[in-house]
Amino acid sequence: MKILLNDREEELDAESISVAEMLILKKFSFKLRIIKINGILISKDLYDTTTIYEGDIVHMIYLMSGG
Amino acid sequence: MKSSEISTHLSKFRIGIAGAGGLGSNCAVALARSGVGTIVICDFDVVEEDNLTRQYFFINQIGMMKTEALSENIARINPKSVVITHNRKIISEDVPEIFGGCHVIVEAFDRAEMKEMLIYSVMNSMPGIPLIVGSGLSGWGDSNHIRCRKIDDTFYVCGDECTEAGAYLPPLAPRVGMVANMQANVVLEILMKMA
Repeated sequence: MKILLNDREEELDAESISVAEMLILKKFSFKLRIIKINGILISKDLYDTTTIYEGDIVHMIYLMSGG
Repeated sequence: MKSSEISTHLSKFRIGIAGAGGLGSNCAVALARSGVGTIVICDFDVVEEDNLTRQYFFINQIGMMKTEALSENIARINPKSVVITHNRKIISEDVPEIFGGCHVIVEAFDRAEMKEMLIYSVMNSMPGIPLIVGSGLSGWGDSNHIRCRKIDDTFYVCGDECTEAGAYLPPLAPRVGMVANMQANVVLEILMKMA
């Protein structure tokens, strides 16, 4: 399936994937992050149970300390 | 629009700033200079000497509450900007009360855990209010990696999204100022489209 991840088209070898699986697949290991799918904020405790489907628009933002 | 018309337009709006450190103090000053009507600032800390490497305070303000010092500095720049201060550590439940009525909220915390708390809180309890987050500003150089990313109409991220502050990569005035002013610039961009 194809998704839009951080404004770039990504081809994933699956028909659907959980947020947690996507993080492992893409090696997004930094823990402080925000994930939105189609504009909806995904709570951290729902990463295992939230599914990403074909055509979804996914944004992942790392939160770096400093300010 | 002429400069005076722009400041008249901006005077109608209220902006919330969570944190009065490097990002918050510089962003607040930029907004006050532009003519934003009301700025709500929340912070629990006092001005310390090493803050002066990047934060909009002065030597004679060491020991003062940051909110009070910033309020004083803004009054010297643009007394027409009303500054509302909250001297406390923000917890999630208090966000709607502190920033209620704000047209845009600027996230200006130091610690990433606090940034996360504010993002969840604003998006869940104040949906529709634009939130502008700072992420990645430590060190020096690499100016062109600092950017502003619009995620959607209510969520913007300014910074390089990769440098983490640490003992050997401290936040310094130039990059902190760039991100703070970028956040202020997004605020103006949003407000100038509002009626």
